[in-house]
Amino acid sequence: MGMMKHLMVRSRRRSLWMMHFCLGGCNGCSIEIMAALTPMYDLERFGILNTGNPKHTDVLLVGGSVNHRNRRTLKNLIDQIPAPRLIVAVGTCALTGGIFNEAYNIIGGANRVVDVDVYVPGCPPKPEAVIDGILSGLDKFEQ
Amino acid sequence: MNLAKLWVPAAAVIAAPVFGGLIAGIDRKISARLQGRYGPPILQPFYDLYKLFGKDPLAVNRWQPFFAAMYLFGAAASVAWLALGGDLLVLFFLTTFTVGFLVLGASCVPSPFSRAGAGRELLQALVYEPVLILVFAAIFQQTGRWDAAGVWRQGGVLLAQTPLLYLCLFLVLVIKLRKSPFDFSASPHAHQELVRGVLTEYSGPFLAMVELGHWYETALLLMICALFWSSVPGSAILVAATVAGLIFVDNLFPRLTWRWMMARIWLPLPGLALLNLIWLMV
Ligand code: SF4
Repeated sequence: MGMMKHLMVRSRRRSLWMMHFCLGGCNGCSIEIMAALTPMYDLERFGILNTGNPKHTDVLLVGGSVNHRNRRTLKNLIDQIPAPRLIVAVGTCALTGGIFNEAYNIIGGANRVVDVDVYVPGCPPKPEAVIDGILSGLDKFEQ
Repeated sequence: MNLAKLWVPAAAVIAAPVFGGLIAGIDRKISARLQGRYGPPILQPFYDLYKLFGKDPLAVNRWQPFFAAMYLFGAAASVAWLALGGDLLVLFFLTTFTVGFLVLGASCVPSPFSRAGAGRELLQALVYEPVLILVFAAIFQQTGRWDAAGVWRQGGVLLAQTPLLYLCLFLVLVIKLRKSPFDFSASPHAHQELVRGVLTEYSGPFLAMVELGHWYETALLLMICALFWSSVPGSAILVAATVAGLIFVDNLFPRLTWRWMMARIWLPLPGLALLNLIWLMV
């Protein structure tokens, strides 16, 4: 039994299918996430694949700040991701609301709506930081 | 029948997914290298599969898991049947039945991506099923046997008389394994026009079952290819060359639309197969 469990943890750490959802913001973070997906960084060597489908997703990258409308979309997406899942907030907007924080329609960062596992600060963070953020969340799968 | 003979299909049912998964892993590695990337480890498909089995089972409705299980069962049964040396015509019906469940599973959900994928999967079946039956007919024409065991025992290089048919079988393989340019019903690379087509609505263990079924289908088609050179080293060379060809075709050709396939492949492919069959008869 121990071995099966060990193998499961290993598989989860080695096979991360990711999806990216931009709530708003200036889209700078999305562009950096896209840059991280290019062959130059070769995310597939870590077993990371871009899926674009919540039902196949293990890691959700959230960028941008939450407002009253997109919070429903975000919740809806997360409900469709089967557990165990990892939620990574990318960029200052997703962390705190960023420069949009004081706007009348903004609720704040992604953690106002969902449980965020990893925070990647930066406006925008570099692709290396995004990759580092995803990989540093892997310890969640140990439990 | 002799019970002792049952170990052959049992071994095939266990070995086929290992073989199919390894082929998928090698394919991903070589494709990555061709694109100047380092690529995932060869065992990556097994990590993916095992992880999927460990995810929460989220089914859209109660039919979806049933169809996924039936697809897996059909694909495994086809492999077992061929390993048993069974009749090729029965095998043909088994493969049709298997695809049927995949299509049903994709159409029992409301997602437009999944349904469009199911429609395209049916179109693909329309293209390759006639070729498959012609391939079996040619095997019969050449060896006088419908049963796979008899064909294998007869020995010889079927390929020498049936090069055009083998070419058609190769194209069937490209279509069946969803390699580009024919990857429009469910691309292995996500983020395309249909997301993942027939696989869009499956998640977790059910997606794993469909994936496993796909590996069985890979193994099955390569086993059919092996019949064209029925000696152990010969069939190994043939299968290796076929897989190498598949990977190169996948990387060399851009993705096409289903209209292109219907227009350019639907009639010429069975035509080519028929030509070879006529040549065998005269
Ligand atoms: S964190 Fe900065 S770069 Fe990212 S979306 Fe917000 S404003 Fe744009």
